[in-house]
Amino acid sequence: MRAFVTVVGKDKVGIIAAICILLAEKNVNILDISQTILQECFTMVMLVDASACSVPFDELSENLSELGTKMELTIRIQREEIFNAMHRI
Amino acid sequence: MINQGEILQTIKMIDQQHLDVRTITMGISLRDCAHSDIKVSCDKIYDKICRYAGNLVKTGRDIEAEFGIPIVNKRISVTPIALVAESCDAEDYVPFAKALDRAAKEVGVDFLGGFSALVHKGCTVGDARLIRSIPEALAETQLVCASVNVGTTRAGINMNAVRTMGEIIKKTALLTKDSSSFGCAKLVVFCNAVEDNPFMAGAFHGVGEPECEINVGVSGPGVVHEALKSVKGQPLDVVAETIKKTAFHITRVGQLVAQEASSRLGVPFGVVDLSLAPTPEIGDSVADILEIMGLSSVGAPGTTAALALLNDAVKKGGVMASSNVGGLSGAFIPVSEDAGMIAAAKAGYLTIEKLEAMTCVCSVGLDMIAIPGDTSAETIAAIIADEAAIGMVNNKTTAVRLIPVVGKKAGEMVEFGGLFGSAPIMSVNTCSPAEFIARGGRIPAPMHSLKN
Repeated sequence: MRAFVTVVGKDKVGIIAAICILLAEKNVNILDISQTILQECFTMVMLVDASACSVPFDELSENLSELGTKMELTIRIQREEIFNAMHRI
Repeated sequence: MINQGEILQTIKMIDQQHLDVRTITMGISLRDCAHSDIKVSCDKIYDKICRYAGNLVKTGRDIEAEFGIPIVNKRISVTPIALVAESCDAEDYVPFAKALDRAAKEVGVDFLGGFSALVHKGCTVGDARLIRSIPEALAETQLVCASVNVGTTRAGINMNAVRTMGEIIKKTALLTKDSSSFGCAKLVVFCNAVEDNPFMAGAFHGVGEPECEINVGVSGPGVVHEALKSVKGQPLDVVAETIKKTAFHITRVGQLVAQEASSRLGVPFGVVDLSLAPTPEIGDSVADILEIMGLSSVGAPGTTAALALLNDAVKKGGVMASSNVGGLSGAFIPVSEDAGMIAAAKAGYLTIEKLEAMTCVCSVGLDMIAIPGDTSAETIAAIIADEAAIGMVNNKTTAVRLIPVVGKKAGEMVEFGGLFGSAPIMSVNTCSPAEFIARGGRIPAPMHSLKN
């Protein structure tokens, strides 16, 4: 199952590292990363493969969201299909 | 591959513009639950609902978590209970409502619709018993919603039923007076009711529907509002195009959720209802869309035209986004559930008469309107008759959900809470229609040619 992890918030040291560690711990493979900084706002979109994830999807989502709260960022994970449905015919 | 801008646009719609799937509604046929013994029939109803809908709420939550899209309500609609109940001898159908309520609570849904009767041409014994049971049924249950269809374009309007419904609404208001007559918020009177509507309080599972199916209602007035900010001052055809594109995006999400729910539950997908359903939250208002088109307040001259444009563009955009479209499909204008409508009604810019005109061009009718508690049953019946006439002549669904709040007068406020919001009591024309309503009988079906 492929999903997008999105991270939005104020830039600081170690954002990508922290997220990558969490994803690796849960056996989630990163397929693609793109990142920009717009007016100090850090925005990262990460395409991941969560097929072999060691925890249920809702737990992974919760873990990412908790990490976000700790780092004062908004971190989400959503399955790829919702974006394809909305933007591709 | 999807680009970053598109991903962030989707997230912004969900996060800041209140994009959500308003409801996943499972329609369940209860036709095989009829029995001459009311207790056996009620048990069959309870068991069947629990069996079919046992996983509905969990599946809805799983989809929410995986796709990151809120699904605000999980609901059930059932066969109009009058059809199921009339095989038994019981005079009082309240036990059926209680069985439905117990089942709804057991499976954890937000609402269950279908305590209903279809009486557009006349009442059977069972229909009459069901209608008489409505006030008590709504007072003694929490999650059950009732509806009665009193007219169709093909059959005309059953004015005896209209007169009765005026009295039933009054009685329901009285029996639920301790909760601001909230019972009336769970009761809809229809003309041209649809069989696959996923929205409450008017949902029921029609006789032409399959054994079980999944219908989905989408929402997203905030997303349309945001999109229209970018075309300020431009001609109205540009506005219509912008709404169409936005409605397409919104409906695609509904279609995805409907397909997922249908395949996970092993239940056929019915329809996506292309609706703009507001909530009382700021930024989730249909009134705001009309205002950003250039009206200083909803209710101003031009409101009906703006709403006609909006309603049509939502359908045109949505229809290509979904494989099966149905239900009520259109913009909703429930007063108490829309912050912009509440503000306009409070300021006196929005009246019942203007709302009636608006219902000629949109879905669905005079919805969630609080009126003075001393409004007579005849006046309520006459308002229902007016609204049913609009539906009958224009070949569309219309509905009335009025709440005569016991003890309240025009201008006061009433609080229903949650998605039902709050509403100013709107004044009602006090000229009496009593003699007209007392006549009863039927208004014949209109001509289907010579349309002018």
